[in-house]
Order: sequence, then structure tokens, then C-alpha cells
Amino acid sequence: MVVTDVPTKLVYDRPAALDPRVTHYCPGCTHGVAHRLVAEVLQEMGEVENTIGVASVGCSVFAYNYFDIDFVEAAHGRAPAMATGIKRVLPERTVFTYQGDGDLASIGMGEVVGAASRGENITIMFINNATYGMTGGQMAPTTLPGQVTSSSPTGRDVDRQGHPIQTSELLATLEGSAYIVRRSLHNAREIRRAKKAIRTAFEVQKQGLGFSLVEMLSNCPTNWGMTAVESRDWIEERMLTYYPLGDYKVSPAVAEIKV
Amino acid sequence: MPPKGYIEVNELYCKACELCVEDCPQGVLALDMERLTSRGYHPAYMENPEACTACRICAVVCPDAAITVHRYEKVEAKDG
Amino acid sequence: MAKELIKGNTAVAEAALRAGLEAYFGYPITPQSELLEHLSARMPELGRPFVQAESELGAINMVYGAACTGKRVMTSSSSPGVSLMMEGLSYIAGTEVPMVLVDVVRGGPGLGNIAPAQGDYNQIVHGGGHGDYRMIVLAPASVQEAVDLTALAFDLADKYRAIACIMLDGSIGQMMEPAEIPPMQPLKTEIPDWAVRGTQGGEKRLLTSINLDPPAQEVMNHRLMTRWQEIEANEVRYKGYYLDDADYVVVGFGTAGRISLSAVRAAREKGIKIGLLRPITVAPFPNEILDELTQSVKAFLVVEMNSGQMLEDVRLVVRGRKPVEFFGRMGGVVPFPDEVLTEINRLVDGPLTTDGHPRNRWLARLAETIG
Repeated sequence: MVVTDVPTKLVYDRPAALDPRVTHYCPGCTHGVAHRLVAEVLQEMGEVENTIGVASVGCSVFAYNYFDIDFVEAAHGRAPAMATGIKRVLPERTVFTYQGDGDLASIGMGEVVGAASRGENITIMFINNATYGMTGGQMAPTTLPGQVTSSSPTGRDVDRQGHPIQTSELLATLEGSAYIVRRSLHNAREIRRAKKAIRTAFEVQKQGLGFSLVEMLSNCPTNWGMTAVESRDWIEERMLTYYPLGDYKVSPAVAEIKV
Repeated sequence: MPPKGYIEVNELYCKACELCVEDCPQGVLALDMERLTSRGYHPAYMENPEACTACRICAVVCPDAAITVHRYEKVEAKDG
Repeated sequence: MAKELIKGNTAVAEAALRAGLEAYFGYPITPQSELLEHLSARMPELGRPFVQAESELGAINMVYGAACTGKRVMTSSSSPGVSLMMEGLSYIAGTEVPMVLVDVVRGGPGLGNIAPAQGDYNQIVHGGGHGDYRMIVLAPASVQEAVDLTALAFDLADKYRAIACIMLDGSIGQMMEPAEIPPMQPLKTEIPDWAVRGTQGGEKRLLTSINLDPPAQEVMNHRLMTRWQEIEANEVRYKGYYLDDADYVVVGFGTAGRISLSAVRAAREKGIKIGLLRPITVAPFPNEILDELTQSVKAFLVVEMNSGQMLEDVRLVVRGRKPVEFFGRMGGVVPFPDEVLTEINRLVDGPLTTDGHPRNRWLARLAETIG
């Protein structure tokens, strides 16, 4: 229903930094939102051609297929180490990792803590959807108490299976971390706030201020066993209480950044 | 009120997740149950185009970057 | 340049730096740490990246990242640390990016000890990491040779987009010997086309070891293996001692080869026509010369500081045509030349057989030695 005789202005378009390719993500999966935000921010900063991405293992293993950006693919959990290697030899490039919660907060906790403690000048996109998506919805380090998964079929029992890890809070305690925030992708308002945080995180790197990480609460409708719409409600009702949104570390120099 | 803009849904990308339908504050969007995309989804479309304000919320929440938003420019009355 | 008295680990570190090492990532472990320590001072002096990683896992994956940019990169470790790196080594091999690994081998299995050993032969030469890949493995027997092989390792890694490993046993790493380190070479200036650097307006590059399509993975594995055939055809290196008229030949690499040389010389003084074959590349293995020797000699003695890991490669070439005997010490025990000489005498005195497995006979003899 286009009114053709009135001039129009394009006010929102798919970013060119995203490759023209259909993702393998399930309908409604907010991995796609996070991808788009990264593409938009790098495009707005004019950094697309100067960036090297590090994909991880998990649902986002094929992230490299969706960006018009040089990419490498890390072993499970090792993306921050790989990014360290790249950034140290190419300090003028923008280097980021894109990791899920299984990859970063479980098998890769050592690598991310090491990178943060060194103040490694890299940026991490951290997707927290409280489950192992790719392998079929098993319990993740971020799975909520009582949450039913394919490997906690009666709900996560914290006495037996331990407590979820609050990654941003943990990393914020490290002196080397410059910018650690948690955002959510469950509605337009929070998505816009997430984008601003991603922009800030990349600015932190651009200005050489140290380690930056944006945690994004994300959904997994398929493994949570609900519709995409319901899954966003679940983020709001369940995840936000255990994973409060906020700025966990903003170093004084970072606080000066205006985006 | 006339519409302030319109959206286009790229049916290559649309996966019928309904997030745009749910989030449109004006109730403009719906899934087109009469049609299937090449990937077998009922695509989102403008069911009530006259209500579109070109607010971009649909595009912001779309996980597949399938939505393009256009806004009508204000046209000054020539003889005003 | 004059020779200086220098420790093996330090010499390899300095040689790597002078061969154009652009970034080093490592983790402390005895008996390798001097290598990391030397570079922790020298790399920053030259404005080159040095990172002491959070673990060997971190170190090898930093190497992986830096190798993807086409720079000359290296890590070093010792046996248990190298075991931890196996994941990354397989990924690096699968991505076809060059790197140099220094493994200063110590006694194992497990935590073992920090004494010199050669028990990493199997994990370095025959795998360790998963999948179809091979590493080029250089096994020096002196500090000078370690220095010389370091520059070669970088060249071979670049040439074949492969992993080149310098497998030092702990004694070469820890020993001080006079050695001459070549002068500083300029850093490599050309960036290989495959290296990631940001698209800079061109086509995007992707470096990955993932290949979900089995036929495509098979094509990739085939490419790796045909490249290995090329390496086997071109890069075999060994040193032969007294082989021309040898009736008997000792086969040993690294420190075991060096100790065996003393025993071979002592045997020669007694009139025994014995020689030494010391593989410098244990991968690719010097099959051809060993096959030639099989035609001319009466028997072989394999000497190693492990339970006979290279022994199996020797037996694959000899194929029962001549008797092969084995002598080894394990777990960080270094054999004395006298012990090897005793084994040589036993070989010469006979009786010799091609039946059974030499390891079984050796284990029985060793039980008497070690109680």
C-alpha cells in the first residue's frame, strides 16, 4: 500500500555490512538482532573494512557468514585468546568476538577472564540465552534456578547443579575491564539501548581504553519450547530478575565517551 | 490521519516470527495467511497501512533485518 | 659472529627472534621457562608482542589468532602443556596457518617430572590432536643445531602453511653449550593473500577449520595429505655417522642420538663396524635411507628416551627383513653411553632374531636393571 505521488525518505534499511544471506537462526531468535546491531554500529563508525571478527562455537558458529567482514573461527571458548593474538599484531584493527553463554561463561571462562584482566583492547559481544542452543537446549552456566532444560529435565537444582553465573558482575570486578554492561534484546527500547552500548564498547576499543563487553539477554524460543513472542516475555519475567540490566563497569575514561 | 509512511518486508528474510506484528504500536502488521514465502513462511505484511507512522519499531525488533521503513516527506502546499 | 656459551632454551628464543618472530604467546612450564623469560624481555625491547597467557590453551589460541594474520608466530611449552595445546594445534592445522611450536620434552605420563625425556614422540609425530594432519618435527641434538633448526622451522611453516615443531628434549633445553646465533633478520614484509587484515574494501576473508560438508572436508584432508607427501619428498633431514661400511646401525634422535654417538665411537675403537643414523626430521621420517641401510646391514639398535615410540616407525621401514633391537630409558632417566655400548655389544654377540617384538625383550631386561 504505497502512496506513490508523495516523496518518501528511507528511514530504516538493512545495513550493507550484513551479507545478503538468510541466517540459519530459528524464527524470532534475537541472535539476528545482535548481528544487525553490530553491523549497524560498525557501519556508522566507518569501521567495517577495518574490522576482524572472531566467531565462536554454538548457535553463532556461522556468524562469519552474515557479515561483510574478515572473520576467523575460534575453537569452543577460545575466541578471546584468538582475538588477543590478532589485536596484538594488528593493533590498528577493530577486533571483536561474538560468543554465547556456553562458549564464554562455561568452557571459555578462563580465556575471557584472562583477556579482561589483561585489559586486552578487544570488544566482546556476549549473548546470554540461558541455554546451549546448538546442541539441543542443555543446561548452561547461565540456566536459571528451576529452569527445565534437556539436561536438567526436572529443573535446575542449585544444590546439585550449582548456581547460574552472573558474568558481567564477575568480569566487572577485574581491574583490566573498562566497559562491562548488560542489556536485553526483548523489545525495541532495550534493543536501542543495546545498540548504544555496542557503539560505546567499540568506541572504547577505538580509543584504546581496554576490555569491553556487552552482555545481551537473548531468547531461544525453540529450546525454551515457546513462541518467539512468549520467549521475549520470558526474558522480561524470568531473566531480568536474575540478570539485572545495567552498567557494571564504566571506567572513568569510558564515562567521558558520548555516543 | 493519513499514513506517515510505509514498510516493505523482504520475503527472502522474513521467517514469520511475528515479533513485528506483536510490537507494532498501531496494529498495522499481520502475517499474510494467504501466501507462503519461498521458504514456507506466511510473511508479515501491512494489514492496516493507513495507520503506519513509520516509527521503525518493527524494523528494530526484526531479527532478520527483513524490514525497510519509508517515511513520507512533508509537502508544502504550493498555493498556501 | 663469535660463539657464546648459551643455554638451549635461551638460544632458541634468541634465534627465533632473529629469524623474524613477530609475536610470542606462552605459559611458564619447566623445563621450558627460560625460553619464555628471554622473550619477555627481548620482544618488548623490539616493540613486538609478547603475552604470558592464562594457560597453554590461551597461548595456543593467541598463536592461532596471530597466525591468521600471516605473521611469524611461535609458542613454546613442555609435554603436559603441549598436551593441553593439542586442541589448538588441530585447529591451526585444519585452518592451514603457519606457526612454530617448541616442545621441551620432559618425563611423563601425567605430571611426571621435569627431567629430560622423549616421551612426546607419539603425541607430536603421530597426532595428539584430532583429525588428519601432520606436523613437521625437527629434533636437534645440540644447542647449535637447535639454533639452526629454529630459522628453518619458520621457513618450513611458511612454505607449507603448516605447523613446524622443534622437539627439544629437556637436556638440550637446559644445557649450556657454545653456539653461534645468526644475525638479526628483517621482519617479513609481505602479507600472504589468505591472511585476515580487515577487508580494506576487498572481498572478505574467512579462516576456519569448520567444514560441515563431509565431501568438502575430505577434499581438504586430501589437500593436507598431498602437501604432506610433498614435505616427505623434499624435507627429510638426517645425519649419518660411520654408515658407509656399517654392519650394524644405531638409530636415535636428539639427546638419545647424541649419547649413542659416544657409544658408537667407543665401539668403533674396538673394531665394531657400527654407524649411527640420527633423524633430524622425525617427521617426515627418513624412510629412504633406513630402507637402504636395511639392504646392507646385519641389524639395527633403536635407542630412545621413551618406551620405543620411534621404534615403531623404524620397524615399519625394516619390515622384519633384519633384526631390530631396542634400548630405552623412560620417565626422565637419561641413558649413559656405557649402557648403549653394552647394548651394542649384545647386538654384535647375538643371537639375533626377527621374531617377537623388541620392546618385549627390552622390558624384560629393563626389569632386571631397575628392580
